[in-house]
Amino acid sequence: MNARLKLIGIETAAQSPIAGAAVAIVGIRKRFGTRQVLRGLTLEITAGSFVAVVGRSGCGKSTLLRLISGLEVADAGLIEVQASGKPAPQTRVMFQDARLLPWKSVFNNVALGLKPSARERARMMLAEVGLADRATDWPAQLSGGQRQRVALARALAQQPDLLLLDEPLGALDALTRIEMHALIERLWHTHGFTALLVTHDVTEAIALADRVIVIEDGTIALDIAVHLPRPRKRDVTFSALEQSILTQILNPNSQALA
Amino acid sequence: MRLPANTASAAMAVLLPWCVPVLILATWQFASNQGWLSTRILPEPLAVLRAAWTLAASGELWKHTQVSALRALSGLVVGGGLGLLAGLLTGLFRPLEILLDSTLQMVRNIPPLALIPLVILWFGIEEGAKLFLVASGVFFPIYINTYHGIRSVDAGLIEMACSYGLRGWPLYRDVILPGALPSILVGLRYALGLMWVILIVAETISAQSGIGYMTMNAREFLQTDVMLVGILLYALLGKLADLAAKGLERRWLRWHPSYQAP
Repeated sequence: MNARLKLIGIETAAQSPIAGAAVAIVGIRKRFGTRQVLRGLTLEITAGSFVAVVGRSGCGKSTLLRLISGLEVADAGLIEVQASGKPAPQTRVMFQDARLLPWKSVFNNVALGLKPSARERARMMLAEVGLADRATDWPAQLSGGQRQRVALARALAQQPDLLLLDEPLGALDALTRIEMHALIERLWHTHGFTALLVTHDVTEAIALADRVIVIEDGTIALDIAVHLPRPRKRDVTFSALEQSILTQILNPNSQALA
Repeated sequence: MRLPANTASAAMAVLLPWCVPVLILATWQFASNQGWLSTRILPEPLAVLRAAWTLAASGELWKHTQVSALRALSGLVVGGGLGLLAGLLTGLFRPLEILLDSTLQMVRNIPPLALIPLVILWFGIEEGAKLFLVASGVFFPIYINTYHGIRSVDAGLIEMACSYGLRGWPLYRDVILPGALPSILVGLRYALGLMWVILIVAETISAQSGIGYMTMNAREFLQTDVMLVGILLYALLGKLADLAAKGLERRWLRWHPSYQAP
């Protein structure tokens, strides 16, 4: 059993030369109707890092993610996703709702868009999220947390250089969220992709990310590195950091950390 | 759901729905025997059974049923096929929707049976007329439900599939068509009901064979028992068509929580 696990580990490492993609965003603007959502936002993300974007609802954090993924087009500015040695880096999105195809089995959902030769990878990813035994079930038979795990497996089966997570845990209960945090952290470690997590939950951001960015009124209001050892414990340093970020979000003009 | 407490009440649950039909049949038979009901108005149930047996034994019943079923099915294939195609095209391509949909919605409001005088003028009273009537009847339910089904596929799923690299045919095959399928099958069930209604009328107007012809012919000779056999045959065929559509739903929509076999 141990030997087999090790073997799978080696195979994954050998098959997926992912080092993550670097993202450069320069002065992007986006307007919906009369509302200016992003006003000249500039941001650099280093390859392989885990960045969390937090902010009130409507601050433009989801729009930022949709612009990076190419689901929306910016009115102005530049977005570049680059991975070393790859002409076209892969970007994949994990949505708030799992968006599984209800008419495909769990396995076929994970294998969506994979070449026939790569379908074995879908099986491996399903095992990595702990749902190998549910491969033949319909998505309707899964719980909310299980559906998000399938969505995560589907995203990672594509071997993305950049994984964009759009409040993927927003609809889950507290215990399931903690499980999902550990799972996402572990998979990020093993697979080495760059992760960008959009969330309204500051605790979640600090638990997972190397760097937390607060967006306010379409620009970056706060950008701090998180140097806590992983896996992160909810200790005094954690709480202090959480408090200072929350203060910034709730009282934008107080300049708490400036 | 309430479960029967024991086998006796389980048997009751099976038998109870049949009480009223059996009672009606028995009363009908009794009334006929007593001479209260003239055979010119309504033959006794046993006579209907006998007529069905005679017709089946002579092979006449099969011949007419075959002809009618073939007409119904060919009309369904032609009209349903065109309806599916038109629904797919207007559902998938915006310019075609703008071009065609308002015209089709207008034509839809014409009852196909209102076309009978024109159809006789165009096709005479041959097979073409029946095919045209059935096909134009089943076209619209399938067209409307296909179009509506494609339009109401979850936009989030399409967005997801696009961002996972699905384009062109795989996007239709894996996302749009399966998403529209529940609605298309609703259209099919409507179309099957309509198919028999139109065929009955078309066959009673003019035909040299088919169940409608058999029924009309029986009227000429006041064979009320044969007329009733024809009417019951339509009911049976309609039920069979509905069962077939339900079977397709069970099979193609087995992923859907509402269609899971118990």
